[in-house]
Amino acid sequence: MAGNGTEARVVTVTSGKGGVGKTTLTANLGAALAMRGQRVVVVDADVGLRNLDVMLGLENRIVYDLVDVIEERCRLRQALVRHKHLSKLWLLPAAQTRDKTAVQVEDMVEVCETLKEEYDIVLVDSPAGIEWGFRYALAPSTEVLVVTNPEVPAARDADRVIGLIEAEEKGPARLIINRIKPKMVERGEMLSIADVVELLAIELIGVVPEDQEILVAANRGEPLALSRNGSIAGSSFHNIARRMLGEDVPFQPLREKGVFERILRFVSPERS
Amino acid sequence: MGFLERLFGRQEPSSGKVAKERLRLVLTQDRAGISPALLDTLKDEIITVISRHIDVDTSAVQVTVSETNRESSLVADIPLRDGRGRR
Repeated sequence: MAGNGTEARVVTVTSGKGGVGKTTLTANLGAALAMRGQRVVVVDADVGLRNLDVMLGLENRIVYDLVDVIEERCRLRQALVRHKHLSKLWLLPAAQTRDKTAVQVEDMVEVCETLKEEYDIVLVDSPAGIEWGFRYALAPSTEVLVVTNPEVPAARDADRVIGLIEAEEKGPARLIINRIKPKMVERGEMLSIADVVELLAIELIGVVPEDQEILVAANRGEPLALSRNGSIAGSSFHNIARRMLGEDVPFQPLREKGVFERILRFVSPERS
Repeated sequence: MGFLERLFGRQEPSSGKVAKERLRLVLTQDRAGISPALLDTLKDEIITVISRHIDVDTSAVQVTVSETNRESSLVADIPLRDGRGRR
């Protein structure tokens, strides 16, 4: 129980393919949910290749990690790191000098069960791949978000993962399409949102456009979701958070029309 | 597509369209666990079996995996050759 009478949620973020922006997304989603009043803990399940700490700007504050908790070198509470600006956002870091065999499925389930007592949402950042790390990251989940890019290899791997999630009866997973380039889609040079949703045949919960600001913010260790700069990418994280919390948020247009297009529209309105 | 090709009206599908069709194909094969080679084998054997009983247009036989909403089925399209001429 999360303390307010509703069952806490364990949301696993996974993708199959690496490099689709899973960790960046988890960091931003965690921030967006915490900014909406949720008590959130993000769990870095990528033992041996930890990065969620860096994405959140917390790499210098880590004392203990997930494997220390599992091997009882510390209590769970001692390993949790609070975010610098968001009092409701916490991180459970992965171990960096160990490998994934240090974690058993039952360990992850137990850790997440304990976290559910203190938090509303446990956000688990799964390692790439479909091997051991994916298995233990999936095991505690009450729901799953699958992240993909609008590219054939990423979508293919996402489909494989969706199949595995269904086989484990952890579904239905919901889809996030990351790094879409609206101008390329308009030119017909990229898979569209509709194409990916049609072929993967699962519910869409979010679309994040490619935006340099995401990297610029990540460079500083401050997820873009934190800055209220009104960017489309920044608000797309908040829109996913709102949908996760049950709000009905319509999907926004993915880019502002350029100056030239606005003039064209002004001159000949039927072009829209 | 280059300028000249556009000028002479040669239409190539956009790379987005190509990507979608390629994705559709790999997903169908991945989901059903059926490779193109296996489909060819199936086609040959189906033709052999059916030809023992009926005259089929062997060159037009198509064996594909089709799917709706993540459920796959094997579809064989086997045109018959009848005595009164071609389909």
